[in-house]
Amino acid sequence: MSLLLDIFTVVAVSLGAVFFLAGAVGLLRFPDTLTRLHALTKADNVGLGLIVLGLLPQTERPLAAVKLIVAWLLVQLASGTVSQLIARTARRTEPPA
Amino acid sequence: MTEFLLAVGAFVLATVALGLIRVLRGPADADRMMAPQLLGTGGIAALLLLGAATGMPGAIDVALTLTLLAAFASVAFVKGASEPAEPEPDEGGGG
Amino acid sequence: MTFALAFDCGLAVLILAMAIWTIAARTTFPAVVGFVAYGLLLTLVWMRLAAPDVALTEAAIGGGLTGVLLLGATSRLRATEPPAVSERPSVPFRLAVAGLCTLLSAAIAAVVLLLPDPAPTLAPEAAAKLSLTGVGNAVTAVLLAYRALDTLLESAVLLLALVGVWSLAPDRFWGGAPRSLALRHRDGSLSLLGQVLPPIGIVLGVYIVWVGADAPGGKFQGATIIGAMWVLTMMAGLQTPPEISQAWVRVILVAGAAFFLAVGIAGFWLAGAFLAYPTGFAKSLIVAIEVALTLSVAATLGLLVAGPPARPVRT
Repeated sequence: MSLLLDIFTVVAVSLGAVFFLAGAVGLLRFPDTLTRLHALTKADNVGLGLIVLGLLPQTERPLAAVKLIVAWLLVQLASGTVSQLIARTARRTEPPA
Repeated sequence: MTEFLLAVGAFVLATVALGLIRVLRGPADADRMMAPQLLGTGGIAALLLLGAATGMPGAIDVALTLTLLAAFASVAFVKGASEPAEPEPDEGGGG
Repeated sequence: MTFALAFDCGLAVLILAMAIWTIAARTTFPAVVGFVAYGLLLTLVWMRLAAPDVALTEAAIGGGLTGVLLLGATSRLRATEPPAVSERPSVPFRLAVAGLCTLLSAAIAAVVLLLPDPAPTLAPEAAAKLSLTGVGNAVTAVLLAYRALDTLLESAVLLLALVGVWSLAPDRFWGGAPRSLALRHRDGSLSLLGQVLPPIGIVLGVYIVWVGADAPGGKFQGATIIGAMWVLTMMAGLQTPPEISQAWVRVILVAGAAFFLAVGIAGFWLAGAFLAYPTGFAKSLIVAIEVALTLSVAATLGLLVAGPPARPVRT
């Protein structure tokens, strides 16, 4: 059982890391602010979600697991809102040429 | 498991560094506003991995704090960058 | 431990890069962005050094609040930015600054590197007397029992900082409210965030204060979170900064330091010394002081971000 859980952790955490890499590549390669914002928010949140998911079996107490999930939910809420704000600012300050 | 989690933490940190270079170079301030969000998410991931790897107490609490404050800083960044040169009320009349 | 080493090296390189970026940036906004990034990275460094209490403080103060205070300064300095950028200091001046900074860094590095091995420490003595204070977190014991005077002075310094900010107000606005922090372009998603996040943030802030007695946490960290949540509601346009002449504002601001001072003076009669706690009551007094300070520090930090009064008193 513990081996299975460890394998689950390794797979989920690795997948999460891949999403972080995808986000960074997107940031580097995408041509303008809005597409870069897209790369940042999509990839990072899935990446963090997978890492949190992978770490869940490694927690010792149920409270720690709840806190992990809360941290992820807070990031979802905050990054969703903040990317809206950034996108609107970007559109206001640099109208499409 | 410890080694693996630390390695992934280092990897995530490296991807954050890559993104950070891009974001800081701009050119628009809107690009730079992404920095706290990028570091918030990546930093939290690295912190959680570090905490799970070393079993350090309080790592999750620090991560939760980081989440809230990164959100707060991000909103402030949007405000700070998108609303420049607010005239000081006491300087009315060019004084 | 090769991966741990890789982690540490990566972190060190990244944090140095952020420091250089912050210094080298030509305008204020990118420099502040670099500084906030630096603060967030420093949180990770403190965790690697097994100092979660410091990490928590850095996450709250360095990552969030200091950055926002600097941003406030940035938006006020925007008008003076172009002349400041065009004005390049002369080469000898810049060389002199670089030389002095290098000297300072070298001195700090020498102090750290020349420490005897093992470094002198009071940690065993602090841990040995921990049971007398009743708290389980040695950092909290140091801050509120062994070195309570420092913490008392710190809370007074915060108040003085706020008075300093207020004193920048022109006479006609004295006693009025700071200018609104709300974003000029109202945004539905931000008011949602301003309504959903603060309740969670306040719970977390109270938890961090409460848990600080026995685990990493404490009043300063918790208060910063609560203060930040207050500012967030103001930025979302859900609240406006209060008039600084109102009695309740002043009472909340001084409550923490005043209660701390009262406990300290009562110590003369009850325990024989200033800031000494009577035996058996140490923990309950420490927790009470932390609660009072939390409220005051949160209000002080929020008003520090709000800035000097910019509106006349409403009559």
